[in-house]
Amino acid sequence: MPKLKVPVSSEDHIQGDKNALITFVEYGDYECPFCKKAYPIAKKIEEIFHTHVRFVFRNFPLLEIHRHAEMAAEAAEFADTYKCFWEMHYLIFENQNKLSQPLLLELGTTLNLPSEELDIVIQKKTFASKIRNDFLGGVKSGVNGTPTFFINDERFNGSPYELENTIREAVEKLEFRRF
Amino acid sequence: MAKILSPGTVAPDFTLHATPDQSLSLSELKGRPVILAFYPADWSPVCSDQMVLYNEILPEFHRYHAELLGISVDSEWCHAAFARESHLHFPLLADFEPKGFVAKKYGVYHEKFGVCERALYVIDDKGIIAWSYLSPIAENPGADGILEALENLESAKKVHR
Repeated sequence: MPKLKVPVSSEDHIQGDKNALITFVEYGDYECPFCKKAYPIAKKIEEIFHTHVRFVFRNFPLLEIHRHAEMAAEAAEFADTYKCFWEMHYLIFENQNKLSQPLLLELGTTLNLPSEELDIVIQKKTFASKIRNDFLGGVKSGVNGTPTFFINDERFNGSPYELENTIREAVEKLEFRRF
Repeated sequence: MAKILSPGTVAPDFTLHATPDQSLSLSELKGRPVILAFYPADWSPVCSDQMVLYNEILPEFHRYHAELLGISVDSEWCHAAFARESHLHFPLLADFEPKGFVAKKYGVYHEKFGVCERALYVIDDKGIIAWSYLSPIAENPGADGILEALENLESAKKVHR
């Protein structure tokens, strides 16, 4: 079973308790329709299990076939510098069918991000190196499509619809060990 | 039943159509590592299908001076359309006629479905198989195994210098 090769660190986008014992990582592409279907599942899991599970999102854009994937990732990374990565992350998926540079600037304005700066970031691909490092770390870890999930470093091979139950079982095992 | 060829075996040479008017032979590529990615069919319904994924990773393969070849039983016309649609930057070879002839030489033809298995080979610069892997036909094997094999080839070269 492929294992996550890049440990989670403070450089990552983490939701939930940073010291949680269960780590749930997603490698995703903002323009991938399957990632869009999966995002509410990941969001729900984090809402239910946030004290036991930390959720991490890493970029895995398919640049050749998704021409807005990179700019969307740039916008999300830029939002992170203003501490609103997750707000931008969800807004992008919710507006996936209208993805474009003007839309991303609009989303930025919604979050009170400086639109001129965001525009420059998108044009200059300021975060290209971080995004590419995420991607390569995913490749080395056995990411074989988008979305790909890892639960406690092991690649999850089931359907995203099975994720909630799998995580629930992991949390219950943890709770059981306390007795 | 034929089995996937093991490391240490000489990679069987072959000549297949890469485009409607061009053929490519494995022996032309001696002197550099070659990745053979056998796969069942073009036009898989997922956006991150195996060939699309490898297309994104191509710069990494090229860092090892490796050439990537995709092989399925689709015709060269089908390959041309799929490559254009998916913006692929590496050759897709048509193991079309006789059907699966090369896949059979490599022990990776799925008789029941009439397609290539999902199998990977890394061949070294002398034409010897360095690594091979057969994936369940419905599972995309990713590229971590390929990169590890290429890295091992590179390290082995450094040791022998």
